[in-house]
Amino acid sequence: MSEKTLLEIKDLKMYFENRKGLLGKKIEYVKAVDGVSFTIRQGETVGLVGESGCGKSTTGYSIMRLYRPTSGSIIYDGVDIAGMSAKEVWPYRKKMQMIFQDPYASLNPRMTVSDIIGEPLDIYHLCEGKERQERIYELLNTVGLGKEHASRYPHEFSGGQRQRVGIARALAVNPEFVVCDEPISALDVSIQAQVVNMLEDLQASLGLTYLFIAHDLSMVRHISRKVGVMYLGSLVELAETEELYEHTLHPYTKALISAVPELDPAISKTKKAQMLTGDVPSPIDTPKGCKFASRCPYATEKCMEERPVFKDAGGGHFVACHLI
Amino acid sequence: MAERLLDVRHLHTSFFTHLGEVKAIRDVSFHVDKSEIIGIVGESGSGKSVTSLSVMGLLAYPGKVTEGEILFKGEDLLKKKKREMRKIQGNQISMIFQDPMTSLNPLFTIGNQITEVLHTHKKMGKAEANERAVEMLRMVGIPSPEKRVRSYPHEFSGGMRQRAMIAMALSSEPDLLIADEPTTALDVTIQAQVLALMKELNERLGTATILITHNLGCASSICDRILVMYGGKIMEEGTTEEIFYEPRHPYTMGLLNSVPKVNGEQSKQRLVPILGTPPDMLHPPTGCPFYPRCKFAVKACASMDVPEFQLSGTHRVSCFMCHPDAPVKEEYEKQKGGIRHV
Repeated sequence: MSEKTLLEIKDLKMYFENRKGLLGKKIEYVKAVDGVSFTIRQGETVGLVGESGCGKSTTGYSIMRLYRPTSGSIIYDGVDIAGMSAKEVWPYRKKMQMIFQDPYASLNPRMTVSDIIGEPLDIYHLCEGKERQERIYELLNTVGLGKEHASRYPHEFSGGQRQRVGIARALAVNPEFVVCDEPISALDVSIQAQVVNMLEDLQASLGLTYLFIAHDLSMVRHISRKVGVMYLGSLVELAETEELYEHTLHPYTKALISAVPELDPAISKTKKAQMLTGDVPSPIDTPKGCKFASRCPYATEKCMEERPVFKDAGGGHFVACHLI
Repeated sequence: MAERLLDVRHLHTSFFTHLGEVKAIRDVSFHVDKSEIIGIVGESGSGKSVTSLSVMGLLAYPGKVTEGEILFKGEDLLKKKKREMRKIQGNQISMIFQDPMTSLNPLFTIGNQITEVLHTHKKMGKAEANERAVEMLRMVGIPSPEKRVRSYPHEFSGGMRQRAMIAMALSSEPDLLIADEPTTALDVTIQAQVLALMKELNERLGTATILITHNLGCASSICDRILVMYGGKIMEEGTTEEIFYEPRHPYTMGLLNSVPKVNGEQSKQRLVPILGTPPDMLHPPTGCPFYPRCKFAVKACASMDVPEFQLSGTHRVSCFMCHPDAPVKEEYEKQKGGIRHV
């Protein structure tokens, strides 16, 4: 791993417009991502966790520039791509690729595996004819599939194999940076480990950088060097993995970690998870104070009134909480 | 000995598709005692959901139970007529489904859907049923239930919908509750709430529960006994402690290994996956369904049906490694401690 910063996200905001009223004159904003900042160094894996609807996938999509962010900057290798037009961002798409959550929905059922993996090669005119075919076989080999799979259709594969096809497609253009959006949550337990091991091997051999989005906290702990916890569109805590799991500061992270069921029955049967009451507030009118205050067991008056700043609590452990 | 509530004996269930017979369950036997929680763990296609649908009598065409008995309070459910089964379904045996978004009717209020159970099975009047619905919603922890009975499912969040489903399933005070992946569609924080609720209700009402899940952690936290299924057969059965501390089946060992450890340094250890893919149930392997993926497979595994070895009063395993003449393999011995030693 080098010390070079590959990607720097600064105060990223992604609001979605929601027109209301008879003539659609009244506009309200869904603040899906509301001021997120973090950096990713070359060759490392940064994990992003949170409940559904917290904006972790939207963050991934915005970084990929599948959305045009409302404000903020995405500095990739020294260049801000947040405001670029589709044409300008084109060369960056080749460096950044994505692995999607649902291997059943993200592969076109009418295309053969060879066409699916070959499509990015065609789009970027990387290779043609025999060379293209060789490259497809090579990619299939990289993800543990064989030549004989090239002419098959997605429905002939199991979930784990489809996810491998999705990974081969992402790797086709030799990217530097890969956003993995819940790549294993649709897979069976015994297959999850296979895919995670493969992602780690690929990182080691190709020097890839990952943004690993997931809700499985133990898998994120396993794969990431640094983990960010999101709640209602904002990062509430960000630290190196061990620091985050062993010296958790934010009450939300604590609740999230305590909710993960333990394997050991001696622990899991006696452990009382710190229950969170209530539901996540609507991302349309976010509370004035701390976003987590309505569900936080330690909330004070200040938490209701003033939004905490996301700041370093020492040693690169960032947290947004008044009580720290 | 605790009272037997459900006794499933040598159950075989098949789906007759145009491609041929898919034997989804092959010779499955287990029992549930009064007021205990058992877990059925396995990956997709292992037959865990088909087992529960067979018990409920909800198998749809082309599925059919081809052999075996399902004794509920001593009576064979398979011999019952449809009309007799209706009196049991949703009344004495209730079920919670995986996806609370699709298993509630979007056109009726939550209250309406709970009272329907009470009208049908308990012959309650309108006012009484309404009161009971409010009470049930309060029990599962839904705030201001008097107002919420008039809400429609889309006004509830995922966790609340699953709570409403539980309220509906328990409103008829069933003896047996079958929960088919009740937390899979939910976030971890909500999952913890729902599991705690199920455990609490089990302790308070004494409802026996079958929890079907693929998450070992969920099974570990609330189950008394666990069945591990693979390829339509039971691989191992034991108390929760036996499954986690003394696994004897290579598949159980593999499952325990493929989950990252929660503590410190160990979490960075490389995962040990189970190689290969689950079997094609249209042409299942002969012998043990797991042998193509098994590290310890011997010739006999492929050719003959594996007998069950009873290791203790509660622990049984279907694997030749438990045979007294089995070869001693170092790696297998190492894994015998389950999560204590890996």
